[in-house]
Amino acid sequence: MNSKLRDIALWFDDRLQISKVWNATAGHHIPKSSASWFYVFGSATMICFMIQVLTGICLALIYQPSAEEAYASLLYLNYEQPLGWLLRGIHYWGSNFMVAIMLMHMTQVFMFGAYKYPRELTWVSGVILCLLTLGMAFTGQVMRWDQDAYWGLGIGVAIMGRVPFIGPELTHMLLGGPIIGGETLSRFFTLHVFVIPGGILALLSLHLRMVLNKGINEYPEVGKPVVKETYVEEYEAQVKKDGTKFFPDAIGKDLVFGGIVIGLVVMCAILFGPKGPEGIPDPTLIDASPRPDWPFMWIFALAALMPPYMETVVLLVGPVIGIGLMIALPFYDNVGEKKWTIRPVSVLVVIMAALSLGTLTWYGVTSPWSPEMEAWSSEPTPSHLLEGRTPLELQGAMVLQYKQCRNCHSLDGIGGKRGPDLTDVADRLTHDQLVRQVVQGGGNMPAYGQNLSPAEIAALVAFMETLHADGRLPAQRATNLQNSDRVPSLEN
Amino acid sequence: MSDECPHKPSEEKTPSADNGAPPGSHPCCCGGGGGAKKKPMSPERRNFMLKFGMGLNVAAGAMIGIPIIGYLFSAFKKESPQVWISLGAVDQFEVGKIKMATYVNPGAKPWDGKSSDIPCWVRRKSKTEFQIFAINCTHLGCPVRWFEESKLFLCPCHGGAYYENGDHAAGPPPRGLYEYENRIVKNELQVKGGQIPTLSQPV
Repeated sequence: MNSKLRDIALWFDDRLQISKVWNATAGHHIPKSSASWFYVFGSATMICFMIQVLTGICLALIYQPSAEEAYASLLYLNYEQPLGWLLRGIHYWGSNFMVAIMLMHMTQVFMFGAYKYPRELTWVSGVILCLLTLGMAFTGQVMRWDQDAYWGLGIGVAIMGRVPFIGPELTHMLLGGPIIGGETLSRFFTLHVFVIPGGILALLSLHLRMVLNKGINEYPEVGKPVVKETYVEEYEAQVKKDGTKFFPDAIGKDLVFGGIVIGLVVMCAILFGPKGPEGIPDPTLIDASPRPDWPFMWIFALAALMPPYMETVVLLVGPVIGIGLMIALPFYDNVGEKKWTIRPVSVLVVIMAALSLGTLTWYGVTSPWSPEMEAWSSEPTPSHLLEGRTPLELQGAMVLQYKQCRNCHSLDGIGGKRGPDLTDVADRLTHDQLVRQVVQGGGNMPAYGQNLSPAEIAALVAFMETLHADGRLPAQRATNLQNSDRVPSLEN
Repeated sequence: MSDECPHKPSEEKTPSADNGAPPGSHPCCCGGGGGAKKKPMSPERRNFMLKFGMGLNVAAGAMIGIPIIGYLFSAFKKESPQVWISLGAVDQFEVGKIKMATYVNPGAKPWDGKSSDIPCWVRRKSKTEFQIFAINCTHLGCPVRWFEESKLFLCPCHGGAYYENGDHAAGPPPRGLYEYENRIVKNELQVKGGQIPTLSQPV
């Protein structure tokens, strides 16, 4: 019986040539040193992609890529379709993990010098795969057809619209028309489901093919620089002398890490569920405070913190330079040492990139530059700032509340963070400076001169003059103290 | 399989026989396709078929490719899609006040749902003068909100602020609010809309 099964297996293998392909791919030899825990991120990214394909196909069974029905179909997936919430959750968390692990993979490849000769194209295809993955993240955010998706597109349009000469045509191409609408969603659906995944599959094959062709990077060692003339020979000698089969000897760590990743994705999906959909995608409901998903938060933050004159250049030229440098990397740093311990510049690059992207993302999440649109009506004035105040000052407290000052300025830390906290404003500004700031604005504050009556300004400033920290003197003029009628008396 | 075997030797022989002689001089070639059935194809003829086949496929590719490109780039047109759209009776807007109004995207598709409703801010300056602002902040397109009490438009994204007349007041926006054209026809306010405003095409 056994031999009969064997015969059948051999018959199939003779036709399908499975064992030949398997031995040439999974069974290929790699340097023993590469069977390392540092080398598991690539396969884990691919596993995430497989999760995405699988759950994506399932979601497409229900999802309606129509502007009218997408939102309802998302709610149906969340609440009515059995396990729909879980699949949406896995798809969402799978995308988060895919982006995160892909970045780790990229960092590792960069730090280990794996992009150097002869693996230039492996790196270049990886850079394009990175861009395609980010493209999936952005188009996926649009699939969640809610307020954030709608206004997120608006942000995309505003950036595209800055392109000189062909700006309008580009926005039309992006949206499928002059305004965000049904065609926009269909367009992004096509990109998200057909075009970009197709590109990822094609480039992934190339990426893997290159790993087989040129061998996985050996674990770098100090004193073994890449020399074009001898590298391939040395690598092959190393594999011959000290090689091991990828399957079954080296794949174990990949499997363990991949399994953990899948487990984490499912666990996050169960614990935190899918994201959204949040507000109804009705453009006339404008109580929206759009925020992009975290992979794009740093761009959102950058847009807030840049001086306006730099914006268009940075938003349009920045990506070209950034991507260009990434693609060019293996060509201007082609040979030499690989070990990160003696490549301080690359370590610095990674630290700088991580710090700046991390900081910008953190600022994007907290976004202290965004006014809190409801603070003026939802947050009461702290009562200890009102006790013992004169009627005029109390009137000023009302002006401060009623004129939306709290949307940008907090009292006791509650309210917008766009402008400075006003709880101790009188420690910093004198009476005259307060008047000037209110009337003329400045910094990021609009001028209120036309929007407040003189009486309102007088009351507001009177109230703000009472706002100073206990035990601290109010702000005072640095010049002409003796002539001023506002010299604070130190004896009191 | 078995009936091909006899011809193999002749196939192998032909190229070697052709090698020496200049093309065309070989007696077999003069006959062209009309020759004997089993006669091997000459190199030029094979070449001709290759070229002809490639040409045919380029033509066929263009027949499919040109319509596809035309289809895809149909959104890429230059002329402005803006038309006059009614916002309703003039009287619903109070003099000196700012109010949100909605128009239906003139290019709307039947499956657009709510996304075809486009909001805008209408300011009635006087009995006959109106200003209609796009909802989109000029910085990054987020929806600006009007605050009647402080007479300001505020943007929830990066804190851009605009005055009542649309002028830039504070924050990162590079210019004032985008303003649509408007006109009054028979006591009805009309807006010229149909295009999302951007810095390179500010309505």
